[in-house]
Amino acid sequence: MGLRNFFDRIEPHFEKGGKYERFFPLYEMVESFLYTPKTVTTAAPHVRSYIDMKRIMTYVVIATIPAILFGWYNTGWQANSAIALLGESAQTGWRVGLIQALGIGLNPDSIFACAFHGLLYFLPIYLTTLVVGGICEVIFATVRGHEVNEGFLVTSMLYTLIMPPSIPLWQVGLGIAFGVVIGKEVFGGTGKNFLNPALTGRAFLYFAYPAYMSGDSIWTPVDGFSGATALSVSATDGYQALQAAGITWSDAFFGFIQGCLGETSTLACLIGLAFLLATKIANWRLVIGCLAGMIGFSMLLNAVGSDSNPMFAMPWYWHLVVGGYAFGLAFMVTEPVSASHTNVGRYIYGALIGVMVVMIRVINPAFPEGMMLAILFGNVFAPLIDYFVIQANIKRRMRRHG
Amino acid sequence: MSQTRRELLVDPLVDNNPITLQVLGICSSLAVTSSLKVALVMAIAVTLVTAFSSMFISMLRNHIPSSIRIIVQMVIIASLVIVVDQLLKAYAFEISKTLSVFVGLIITNCIVMGRAEAFAMKNPPIDSFIDGIGNGLGYGFILMLVGIIRELFGSGSLFGVTLLQTVNNGGWYVPNGLLLLPPSAFFVIGLLIWAFRTWKPEQAEEREYKIQTVEAH
Repeated sequence: MGLRNFFDRIEPHFEKGGKYERFFPLYEMVESFLYTPKTVTTAAPHVRSYIDMKRIMTYVVIATIPAILFGWYNTGWQANSAIALLGESAQTGWRVGLIQALGIGLNPDSIFACAFHGLLYFLPIYLTTLVVGGICEVIFATVRGHEVNEGFLVTSMLYTLIMPPSIPLWQVGLGIAFGVVIGKEVFGGTGKNFLNPALTGRAFLYFAYPAYMSGDSIWTPVDGFSGATALSVSATDGYQALQAAGITWSDAFFGFIQGCLGETSTLACLIGLAFLLATKIANWRLVIGCLAGMIGFSMLLNAVGSDSNPMFAMPWYWHLVVGGYAFGLAFMVTEPVSASHTNVGRYIYGALIGVMVVMIRVINPAFPEGMMLAILFGNVFAPLIDYFVIQANIKRRMRRHG
Repeated sequence: MSQTRRELLVDPLVDNNPITLQVLGICSSLAVTSSLKVALVMAIAVTLVTAFSSMFISMLRNHIPSSIRIIVQMVIIASLVIVVDQLLKAYAFEISKTLSVFVGLIITNCIVMGRAEAFAMKNPPIDSFIDGIGNGLGYGFILMLVGIIRELFGSGSLFGVTLLQTVNNGGWYVPNGLLLLPPSAFFVIGLLIWAFRTWKPEQAEEREYKIQTVEAH
């Protein structure tokens, strides 16, 4: 075991009084990434469980794999189709050059060619996220003397998957720096953040650079191609117009639509969600609450109806498959830190997000998509919900026993 | 006199800043800092109102009955604010339109009331005047800092003079739209407070809680 011996040999230098004491977080990060973390619970009671933070975070990353793989394919497929439509003139940029140099081609029917093209969009964004976000994490860990946490692996992956493919890389870096610092580190780091850091970063970009985060021309990274998202089509002409725009329900369910890198496929997100539920990383109460809120409120709006706003008529099974609802439901509503911590609170928290998504999508004319804002809104209210649930419980028990 | 006049003037700039240490006057600093010119006019207005209201209140301080002192202070402050408002409307109409309601709201600016109540009621007029100038400058200093950040990165200019040519005008700079929205001032002021308290750790408040650690047995 050469590697273990190496770590054991250099470890004293990083401990208190050692030569590189200041860099202990860096050492700890590499070591706990490769081996089991050494931190164990010191205070009683001791509950033995195979779940530790590293495992939770790794499971979430595993759960995103279907969304990642499908994201590569869909991004590449959208790009290749657009290039096929626009002809030679659209074959610009280093990605096309690299693909042609490797002889892979731009055939939209070839799964491998599409996935490879998508990968070339995914990788730069992901690497930028890792480097910039990682630097922020390490600076804070070094100055404050806490550990660099596996949580960042999850944050960086989720953040990458909710970026539009055409986003400039400097914006990616700015967004993740904001998300990590303002969304997490100022509140004390992993486990103390009340906002989802990935969504905080995205919200920053959404308000700072709206031209790069919304609209019709950013979802397919081909110059001169404009493809509206399912939500913006239905916001202008109603969900019935989706058929005319060439989007069927199963397209949206499987994910062959315009959207951010990893959010388009409801199926891939649901597979991830099933994995998280089966491993009990995600709490099912949050999912039930969020589904019930969304279904209930959209049915209410269907019944109310509106002459001027076609979104009122959108049924719940369309709300489920378009935009970021499924992705947010699977990976962000279920995030344990920023959600409510009481069981009753989890239903309320989920329902609040479900209602807010539909409310923003349907009633607010400024934003066609509402999942990001709804989840951040829910995050802010989670502690308050917990407070009232606990107070209600205290009052009930006082009446019973007092 | 515990403080020299120099200290009265200089202390509120950094060491006892009304915005970053006492966290007063936040509301107006969110609203008026998206452009530097407006922020400067607002800073001057607040400085003058604070200085003169402190001076007049201090002159009257031995004749004001304690039970109605807030009302008397408000009357003096409100009269001065109306003067400022009329002056702005007469000589800087465009800016007074941008400032809109926030000139009137100087009346309720906690800094003005706070100095009147905490300083001018107990100290002689000249000291009170200097104290008002100092606190106004402290407020203006933060307003300027926030305004520089917001205008430079939000629209690529300072005092309306373009420094970073924006993409829409054929340049390279992509303006950050968030900085033109009032909530961004929350982030900027928060980061400024963080920077100030890192620079001067004695400004940091004590923790309200203690993180419990239990030793292993």
